[in-house]
Amino acid sequence: MAEASGAVALPGMEVRQLERNLYEVYIGPAHPGSGHMRIIVRVEGDVMVEVDPDIGFVHRTMEKLSEGRDWMKNIPLFERMAILDACNVTLPYVEAVEKLLDVDPPERAKYLRTLLCEINRVASHLYGFGIFGVFLGHSTLYMWAFGDREIFVELAEKLTGARLTHSYPMFGGVRRDMPDDFGKHVRKATAYMRRRLDEYAKIFLNNPNIRSRLEGVGVIPKGRAVEMGLAGPNVRASGVKYDVRLAEPYEAYDRVDFEIPVYEEGDSLARAWQRVDEIRQSLSIMEQAVDWLEKHPREGFIHEKFWKTAPPIYKQVYAGAVPYAGKYRVKMIPLYASLRVPAGRSFARVESGRGEITYYVESDGKDTPYRVRVVSGSFRNVIAFKYAMPGHRLADLPAIYGSFDYFPPEWDR
Amino acid sequence: MSTSAQGIVDRLKSALGEGISVEQLKGYLELQVDPGRLVDAARRLKEAGFDHVKSVTAVDYPAKKQIKVIYHVSSMLDEELARYVVGLATYVDRDDPVVPSLAGVWLSAEFQEREVYEYFGVRFDGHPDLRPLLLTPDLAAQKILRKDFKVVEEDDYLKLTFEEYTSTKRWV
Repeated sequence: MAEASGAVALPGMEVRQLERNLYEVYIGPAHPGSGHMRIIVRVEGDVMVEVDPDIGFVHRTMEKLSEGRDWMKNIPLFERMAILDACNVTLPYVEAVEKLLDVDPPERAKYLRTLLCEINRVASHLYGFGIFGVFLGHSTLYMWAFGDREIFVELAEKLTGARLTHSYPMFGGVRRDMPDDFGKHVRKATAYMRRRLDEYAKIFLNNPNIRSRLEGVGVIPKGRAVEMGLAGPNVRASGVKYDVRLAEPYEAYDRVDFEIPVYEEGDSLARAWQRVDEIRQSLSIMEQAVDWLEKHPREGFIHEKFWKTAPPIYKQVYAGAVPYAGKYRVKMIPLYASLRVPAGRSFARVESGRGEITYYVESDGKDTPYRVRVVSGSFRNVIAFKYAMPGHRLADLPAIYGSFDYFPPEWDR
Repeated sequence: MSTSAQGIVDRLKSALGEGISVEQLKGYLELQVDPGRLVDAARRLKEAGFDHVKSVTAVDYPAKKQIKVIYHVSSMLDEELARYVVGLATYVDRDDPVVPSLAGVWLSAEFQEREVYEYFGVRFDGHPDLRPLLLTPDLAAQKILRKDFKVVEEDDYLKLTFEEYTSTKRWV
């Protein structure tokens, strides 16, 4: 297949011969599996000797754009990093600004945020599973995971009104309360998903074909994972018991009961199992949050500071005085539009589906942020491409790559 | 954060020496050092248990003619330290920003330093592989996250005459 020039053209791949037996392979950016990133791999024979992740194909300079927008308008902007994990992605921004405003959201809002965060986490893990299935040529898992993800996307829609970009957390609270029958839907979804996870194990994780491709592949030892600063399920699959929900509990996580699953192996299979166990924990947290919300009276879900500036129609709808609110066009609470945040610096972190996401927010007292710095879990995991892949065969690249639960829009920002 | 944070402040002071000032901010603690002392401070922090970098941030202050580089570090293995985030900050000259690279101390800083380099033009001395990460080289040359780079919003409509349009089209 090699021509005289040494160049081989494969669909989605470009190969260049550097010297005898050393080739440079360009995988992506438009590759059916890779999706918006390019990996430049040097292979000797078929063993990878050097891997250079070349990212930035869906980069949108969010940090710069955020400096020109009102505080409130940045929430929908940052949401675009990972629309399927929208609550987790915007929550630390909201928390960081709340710290500057010195506003503590009401208890009900904290539970509602926790609930949506967990719905998002399950949806995000299932999405990752689906893509992982595609990478390994296991299209059944892809269909199953994407089909089951739809349940959680619809739960989020019932709660927030939008499937993906819900912009649910706002400064001092959440956008709206949950519907009356939401608990019923959540319990139905969790019962279904628990059953499905067993089926996933049968068809995918315990499948001999899949196991032989994942077991012992892409092993990241504990010390190495910490040194690279990996985040989220990837670091926990290497035996590190670190989770922001445990280290610095936010929202209602210090009041719900859950475990942090940890795997010692650190290989691709452990990373896959890690996500299954996390989905189980998330389902349990969702049920606990819904139980709490049903048992407690429907008090306010936005901090009084913002709620008192709300138009009367808000309060009438909330008090049940308006039979059908759909005919009104409800505007945003006016204080958000003219919000000025006191000068200061703050830092907030949240455990999102793909790992810890941190925001550094600096304000100079104006109506736009002075500087916002976002680091997402996916971005911290990119470094693993460079250091965990060399030494494996090129055929193992999709297995390792998929096991990281990569998501280019999130790391590119 | 007041009483529990005292323990971490003491721990930081014992690691870095009494002369260091620890500022308690919202959600993290900030330490300020000179660029010359940065590597030493980072080594001491790492020995004290801060094992990874969460974020490398730069902030541009055109009025002061300075750029501030902050490394937010924390720990994964030490449960006590994992509760805190420490920002190791240093100010550099805006016209010739050079900071010693901490990628040799914390490997996790490697990619993020590349990002600060392309956005602010801050050069990291001793970085193993300093080249733009997300941006193309010509966009990186404009140091777009500095305050003097203004974002110009595009018009909703194409501002092109027919002649311009036909002269730029790539097909026959």
